[in-house]
Amino acid sequence: MTTQEISVEALMLLLFLAIVTGVALPLSSFFVRVFSGDMSRGIPGHIENMIYRLIETDPDREDGWKGYARNMLIFNGIGFVILFMLLIFQGFLSFNPQNFRAFDLYTAINTATSFVTNTNWQVYSGETTASYLTQMAGLTVQNFLSAATGVCIAISVMRGITRQSTDRVGNFWVDMTRCTLYILLPIAFIFALILVSQGVIQNLDPYVQATGYGSTGQQTIAMGPVASQEAIKELGTNGGGFFNANAAHPYENPTPLTNFIEIFLILIIPATLPLVFGRITGKIRQGWMIFTVMLILFLCGFITLYSAELAGNPLVKELGVSGISMEGKEVRFGLLGSSLFATSTTSTSCGAVNTMHDSLTPIGGLVTLFMMLLGEVAFGGAGSGFYTMIGFVVLAVFIAGLMIGRTPEYLGKKIEALEMKMAVITVLIPGVLVLLLSGIALVLPNVTELMKNPGPHGLSELIYAFASMANNNGSAFAGFDASKPFYTLTGSLAMLIGRFVPAVSMLAMAGSLAQKKKVPPSSGTLPTDSITFSIWTILVILIIGALTFFPLFAMGPIAEHLSMIGGI
Amino acid sequence: MKSIKKAVLLFAVLFIITGFIYPITVTLVSGLLFPDQAHGSLIVDNDKVIGSTLIGQNFTAPQYFQSRPSASGYDAASSGGSNLGPTNSVLLELVDNRTNALLKDGIAGPIPSDLVMASASGLDPHISLESALIQVPVVAKARNLPEEEVRALIVAESVGSPLTGAYVNVLSLNRALDQGSQSY
Repeated sequence: MTTQEISVEALMLLLFLAIVTGVALPLSSFFVRVFSGDMSRGIPGHIENMIYRLIETDPDREDGWKGYARNMLIFNGIGFVILFMLLIFQGFLSFNPQNFRAFDLYTAINTATSFVTNTNWQVYSGETTASYLTQMAGLTVQNFLSAATGVCIAISVMRGITRQSTDRVGNFWVDMTRCTLYILLPIAFIFALILVSQGVIQNLDPYVQATGYGSTGQQTIAMGPVASQEAIKELGTNGGGFFNANAAHPYENPTPLTNFIEIFLILIIPATLPLVFGRITGKIRQGWMIFTVMLILFLCGFITLYSAELAGNPLVKELGVSGISMEGKEVRFGLLGSSLFATSTTSTSCGAVNTMHDSLTPIGGLVTLFMMLLGEVAFGGAGSGFYTMIGFVVLAVFIAGLMIGRTPEYLGKKIEALEMKMAVITVLIPGVLVLLLSGIALVLPNVTELMKNPGPHGLSELIYAFASMANNNGSAFAGFDASKPFYTLTGSLAMLIGRFVPAVSMLAMAGSLAQKKKVPPSSGTLPTDSITFSIWTILVILIIGALTFFPLFAMGPIAEHLSMIGGI
Repeated sequence: MKSIKKAVLLFAVLFIITGFIYPITVTLVSGLLFPDQAHGSLIVDNDKVIGSTLIGQNFTAPQYFQSRPSASGYDAASSGGSNLGPTNSVLLELVDNRTNALLKDGIAGPIPSDLVMASASGLDPHISLESALIQVPVVAKARNLPEEEVRALIVAESVGSPLTGAYVNVLSLNRALDQGSQSY
């Protein structure tokens, strides 16, 4: 590629980020109105009130953090049971034109856990396993509800930080209803139609038998209600593909335009939440501080991945092949569209892919792994990115407080033992899971047989699998065979712990903060909206990520990179 | 207990809205507004579906432009990439064999990587403009056409923005090629 082409791509990236920011700004004020009940008028208000009457809840009565967390867990538990049943009984149910059989037990457990926890790790292949009923009533439902769950927890954490002398953090039923009805459904509906206009399919037809053209031979073409799932899959940072090839499939992502629309959808809710935080707390600059930290981490990841892919694979060039490495990439997305998607999907908890991460260059693959292992905070998952980031900010405040000898405070709230415990749990749980489970897997016999690729790359595949599940990402170095019961079951456990332990911990922190009185800022207060503090927070995030995982990176992707450029 | 009842009821309502009303409304509305796209952008010749403009096909005959290598053999009911890592000897061997086969066909190197490396979906309908242009001598010879004519057809069929570089839909190009030859 020429310098001119690269400058055009840089301009496009800036334009794209400007659009994301430009939309996040008004959307953040919409979020505030939705969650304060300002939208609950007119016809949608009617529907909302009917729901409250049906479930016998008073929308003005809020719960403490324990009640909120309990309701959240029960609701998600029911989601798990229903999805599990749909998968197990798939063979007997309708909307199944290809007559797919039921999911086997382990796959069903893994898949139900995966979609309830917003992970969307897939040990099954969509177009050969899942009926249209499973895709719509099973998976699409969880695409909505798991995303809404994340957003609701984020909003409660914001309430906890803002309120004082109360133990109430919100009404989970009301937050869920509002988030789904006013935010997720309308946006998903509009974008689903836009996607169809560009070529994403949306039908309940049986698979099409095509004759092929010229000498190409017959082709069976998979069909299905793809667009409705595609829109919420990206918007809710879910990421589970309708098809095995996920967003690389031309029916999920047919043009360069749909590609940018899908990346936009992945980033928009995570990018909006810090600004919502600024509005709810009445401290706009604090929201921008978090946004900036996320943006800088995102850009660092993107630039590294893009440069690595631009440099390409010298081993292939030696064979008389020109250009970047196109293995696992689609022509229509271009280098920018592929790199931006790969960065966005792993720095949020999305996990949809338009490029096969297993075939990225070693450093490109390292970035996708690293962005997940940082805890997915740049911009992070729908809701989960925000509350994990608050965990890091609290940690940063505490460490800075120790270093300069001041009582740690965040937005006027004293950070004490309980807050620190919850922050540390939130930040460290996914990493501990990855290290423990990878360690156990590595000493099991025959582990290398599950790896498609030999050498250091095989290790990267294994770490990627657990990193993806523990951080609720769901993308994969897909050469790794994770269909054995050991991986489906430990993986399910990792997804559950990685999702709900941080979620409940952050709710506990919110409950504790809500009870505290605000301390007025004094000369001894550490400002948390300064550039210095932003840089400090970035360093805390990077140091935790790097120190925890450096040995694994060294033995996996870095070793592979060195062997690639050394030509060993 | 109260919580469980509330959770079940709320789940039931949202389940019906997001799992049935939403996807079925999208299906109906998009079927009305964009019927062609919603049903797969299929190409019908003489009442037979020959394929989709969005789904690649595996052209092997010399009078046709070749598509990209596919890890799934262009099976449109089982998509996917090779998942081969960048230093895997299996990948390097595959690329080497494909490159040599093209060189043997009379295509001059260096070969653009998209023509010898498998796509992510296994169904990529496109090749880069460059990959189409280097195939011109082979296709023109097989069809007894002047090279400039084939080249002009490629340029006419190519799409793309500064963002992605120009690329060509292989199925469309090959159909245009056939339609062009019929008119002589």
